[in-house]
Amino acid sequence: MQLIFKALLWRLAQAGVVAILVGVLSFSMMIALPGDMIYRIAGARFGYDNINSQNIELVRNQLGDPAGISAFVNWMGGLLEGNFGNSLVTGEPVLSEITHQLGATAELAGIAILLSLLIGPPLGVWAGLRPDSWIDRCTLLMAAVFKATPQFLLGLLLIVIVSIGLGLLPAAGYGEAKFFILPGLTLAIGLAANTTRITREAVVKARAANWWQFARWKGLSERQVFWRHGLRHVSVPVVTLIAAQFVALMEGVVVVETIFGWPGIGHALVHAVFHRDVPMVQGTALIMGLAFVLVNAAADVIARLLDPRAPNP
Amino acid sequence: MNVLSANMHSKTTSLRLLITGRSIGFGLLLLVLLFALGEPLVTGASPTAQSLMHALQPPSFDAFLGYDHLGRSMSARLSAALRLSLGIATATLITTAFIGVVLGALASWRGGWVDSVLVLIADSVVALPALLIVLIAGLILPTQPIAFWAGLSLTLWIEIFRLTRTTIRAQLAAPAVEASRMLGFGPLYLFRTHLWPELAPILGATFALTFAAVVMGIAALGFVSVGVRAPTPELGLMMVELLPYWREAPWALLQPVIATLTTLLALTLLAGRGKA
Repeated sequence: MQLIFKALLWRLAQAGVVAILVGVLSFSMMIALPGDMIYRIAGARFGYDNINSQNIELVRNQLGDPAGISAFVNWMGGLLEGNFGNSLVTGEPVLSEITHQLGATAELAGIAILLSLLIGPPLGVWAGLRPDSWIDRCTLLMAAVFKATPQFLLGLLLIVIVSIGLGLLPAAGYGEAKFFILPGLTLAIGLAANTTRITREAVVKARAANWWQFARWKGLSERQVFWRHGLRHVSVPVVTLIAAQFVALMEGVVVVETIFGWPGIGHALVHAVFHRDVPMVQGTALIMGLAFVLVNAAADVIARLLDPRAPNP
Repeated sequence: MNVLSANMHSKTTSLRLLITGRSIGFGLLLLVLLFALGEPLVTGASPTAQSLMHALQPPSFDAFLGYDHLGRSMSARLSAALRLSLGIATATLITTAFIGVVLGALASWRGGWVDSVLVLIADSVVALPALLIVLIAGLILPTQPIAFWAGLSLTLWIEIFRLTRTTIRAQLAAPAVEASRMLGFGPLYLFRTHLWPELAPILGATFALTFAAVVMGIAALGFVSVGVRAPTPELGLMMVELLPYWREAPWALLQPVIATLTTLLALTLLAGRGKA
């Protein structure tokens, strides 16, 4: 129990550093943007129709140099209070915009993880139970090829073959089940390439272990050993890997959502960058970073429950 | 296409060299480099000069890769795009290797709170997607290539840092290093004679994968139109530009795709994970 607590404390520190990093980057973005930042702040306070020299001077006297240390402290303070500001484009609070888009992304990411779990671990177990067979070599080769294929090319390939060539599924859209398959599959194949390898290694290692031999000795069949003992062992590295892959998933989301026109957080990020919408970029970066920390904290706990012996990293 | 024919050629001349996956990867990378650096010497065409008379003209003796939709030489654009990607990747690799090895050595050497702080920073940087950092860097820095270099350098040092840290930590406990230390040799000598020879082969694979990650990242952002700006030739951008003409000129769309895949496959094979 104490170990879990220690691991979660580490994740908390991680979350803090993530927030600071995002804050520093966003503040540098704000300074690097052309134009006087005081005008923008005055506009936010008094309304864009009331920007006059009197109000500008008032704000300038209150805040001082917008690029100075105190301005940065203010910026970070607002961030830590959960005040993300308003989008420069729509004028809506960043938080409500992001929570709106986060739903669509969570659906897509969930489908992708689910599909990758249906493809990766079963193939890995199949290959791991028959090391050096043709199925083992095949999955190894496929994993290497798909690992070297960029996600945008995979998405493009799926669109050209499945949507345009065969006319089976729509290339873009959102809302119905048929729209989920292609973007979900694009993300899932990249993830599955890694889970297949890790599962395969874990199964091979488990079969060489003493406890597997002992279970076989006492009369269990290979199948029984796998379901009663092996599965639990093998699932620990897979859970850890899925959590570690979350950042790759988010990166994939940025690309895949843009290609398939998915109204999620990645799509919004690309648009925010395009329109120089700093509060939106900052909010998205922060949510993505904190989500990663949260997912990994959950993985810490799950891995510990699955294997109470393992020392936490 | 020239990649293919050149590949066939080298296969007949040096079949024995191409036995393992690693040497295939090395050969492919050499071909890509040869094309990227040698093309301007052979054709001398400008990658941005347009001539609409030639629009979407297929490969011929004049232009061995044909022309794109604006009548620009495909061979010149493809080699310029490869030079850009490989150039940024090289610069990024040098920077990340330097940061990663120095910080990794520092963390394992000093231990204690220095180690904890560096590991915490590394763990936190990992939480932020690399492409996101590149997008942010693009808003801060003046040009896109510099933004790619800075953004990717800022995020890709982690893997090298972690490997260096664990390897050196294990090495520092070895008797040979302990003996050397007690004889009074300084840290630089220890690093050169004991630590680096152990570290180099382990880092080799990571270097290849880091290089591949840079090439892939540049192409991915180019493909979603937030990377390098037109008319600069870039692999991902070329794919988007040529995508509307995939029916009339599939050969043109295939060229940047094949170039990207060849480069990435070569690097993956070099990393040695896909051992045959």
